[in-house]
Amino acid sequence: MRLRSAALQGLGLGLAAAVLWWLARNTAATLEQNGIGLGFAFLRQSAGFDIGETPIAYSPADSFLRAIAVGLVNTLRVSAVGWVLSIALGFVLGILRLADNPAVRGLARGVVELVRNVPLLLLLLFLAATMTALPPAREAFEPIPGVFISNRGLVLPTFGSVPRLEGFNFVGGITLSPELTALVAALTLHHAAHISEVVRGAILGVSPRQRDAAHALGLSRAQTLRFVVVPQALRAMVPLLATNCVSLTKNSSLAVAIGFPDVVSILNTTANQTGHAIETMLIMIAVYLTLSIAVAAGMNAYNQRVLRPGV
Amino acid sequence: MRRSVSSPIDAALTALVGVVVALVGIPLIRWAFLDAVWTGSAAACRAADGACWAFVRQKLEFILFGLYPPAERWRAALAATLLVALVILTTSPRAWRRWLLAAWGVGLAGALWLMHGGVGLAPVSTRLWGGLPITLMLTAVGLALGFPLAVLLALGRRSTHRVPRVVCTAVVEVVRGVPLIAVLYIAALVVPLTLPPGAEIDKLFLAQGAVVVFAAAYLAEAVRAGLQMIPRGQRDVALALGLRTWQANRLVVLPQALRIVVPSFVSIAVGFFQDTSLVVIIGLFDLLNTARVSAQDPQWLGFHTEAFVFVGLIYFVGSTLMSQYGLWLERHLATSEGVRPH
Repeated sequence: MRLRSAALQGLGLGLAAAVLWWLARNTAATLEQNGIGLGFAFLRQSAGFDIGETPIAYSPADSFLRAIAVGLVNTLRVSAVGWVLSIALGFVLGILRLADNPAVRGLARGVVELVRNVPLLLLLLFLAATMTALPPAREAFEPIPGVFISNRGLVLPTFGSVPRLEGFNFVGGITLSPELTALVAALTLHHAAHISEVVRGAILGVSPRQRDAAHALGLSRAQTLRFVVVPQALRAMVPLLATNCVSLTKNSSLAVAIGFPDVVSILNTTANQTGHAIETMLIMIAVYLTLSIAVAAGMNAYNQRVLRPGV
Repeated sequence: MRRSVSSPIDAALTALVGVVVALVGIPLIRWAFLDAVWTGSAAACRAADGACWAFVRQKLEFILFGLYPPAERWRAALAATLLVALVILTTSPRAWRRWLLAAWGVGLAGALWLMHGGVGLAPVSTRLWGGLPITLMLTAVGLALGFPLAVLLALGRRSTHRVPRVVCTAVVEVVRGVPLIAVLYIAALVVPLTLPPGAEIDKLFLAQGAVVVFAAAYLAEAVRAGLQMIPRGQRDVALALGLRTWQANRLVVLPQALRIVVPSFVSIAVGFFQDTSLVVIIGLFDLLNTARVSAQDPQWLGFHTEAFVFVGLIYFVGSTLMSQYGLWLERHLATSEGVRPH
């Protein structure tokens, strides 16, 4: 029995190796025909293309490696903002969906159902197209004093620096490009809708007797939620929140559809310009697997802390 | 006590929601219906304040069928209908029998024949395929072929043999660890390199392959969750009765495990229906892309909202129906034994 199993597994491995060898031989022949070698040396060459948004210093004379680093920082930037905003909005929506008032509950449910049943990419393309169709900076909307929305993007005040219109553009504050604004907004809405379901499920999972006991002790509804229900619900939530964060980071790759230079977009440009598709795709896989594992590890560490009794 | 306190607050909240709904809803209804332009030219639309449904009417055939030759569009419509019919047939637990597999085989082959032509129909290149049939095909074929692959991956991952276990675990984890876009790029950029020099491969076929692999990895985790819920004793008894391992899996373990996880298949299916829109990235003309492209027509610039709202409605109705079905199925399977699978 042992021998047969070993023989079968060996046979399977041999077959797989034969197929892989055939594919590798084809690849080598194609690459030779196109005059492209295999290897990562090209990363040191000058990239030659411009990048729209450079959170770290970059010019077309810099290397491909530098360009990829710019993309990676952009991905991380979008992810980090997306995590915070989608968890915050998801909590609000999740709690509103459990409100006593049926009108509030219905409104929250309507928003969640609308977002959940439409593709994220549609939301993103729609928001991006809407941003470009907005009026110019001189006629920008100002929904809250100091916050401007125009076809230049979203301008936000920072501590000690309130933006104001000067000529055709804004000075002061921070400006988010239309693409970045659309991307963050779409990711936030989509994932907040999913997170609200997680939050709702976790809160419903807390025994109603806990609530009754808190009321009996004289806690208000808000206090009950804050000190009794949410801390317990968090334990059930954290693994699912972690999954959502990882999936938000993966979904941030949709940036390529609206021309925001995230890591996937830059790797794709690199592949098209150099012909080194295999190497760039390997980098893409490595980047995302590392991100997934890092986020999972971080969330696990947090999970351990939440699960520790007495905290 | 609580009721008397919360009553005025309740009333205020309800009023507040009413105001919010009115503030959003009234302009929306004016835009979508009262001020909308239903027929006419772009000039008529620009003169009006409301939605330009005339634009969607003008572009309707392109949005639904892409560049598919107008004279042959009935074939694309029929293929799409066939795929929807297959899905509707599959929703009934009474249909979960062996003949359903045959129905899918025949149905998919029929839809492909209608789209592709040959054997009595004029051939249509896949480069001209577009719109709703592409979206439906990527979803239906992705799930139909992904499912058997997922069962193999899930069984392989739980195998007592090291080679299949390591290989299946690696495939599932890597595919689930990267975005669908990465899988699509690998299919479009790397796979063609591995063919013998000179050989060409269809882009739609590559995208379909990517969707199948992606679906398989996600379904595999659902199947594995189901397998874990079946007590080990079930398998042990089957083996003690003299069944071989694969017989025990096929006849005893899998039928029970799959029943448990069907509702989670439905939510994965909803996700895939929406995620197939990502094939835009490698230049295929699915439903979302035809809508996007029609809004770039210089004659009709500025009406992207109408195009997105229209296809958004198609996605919304499809996804909502599927989700509602998933909820119904969960209750149905929980309350009744339903029909035993064979």
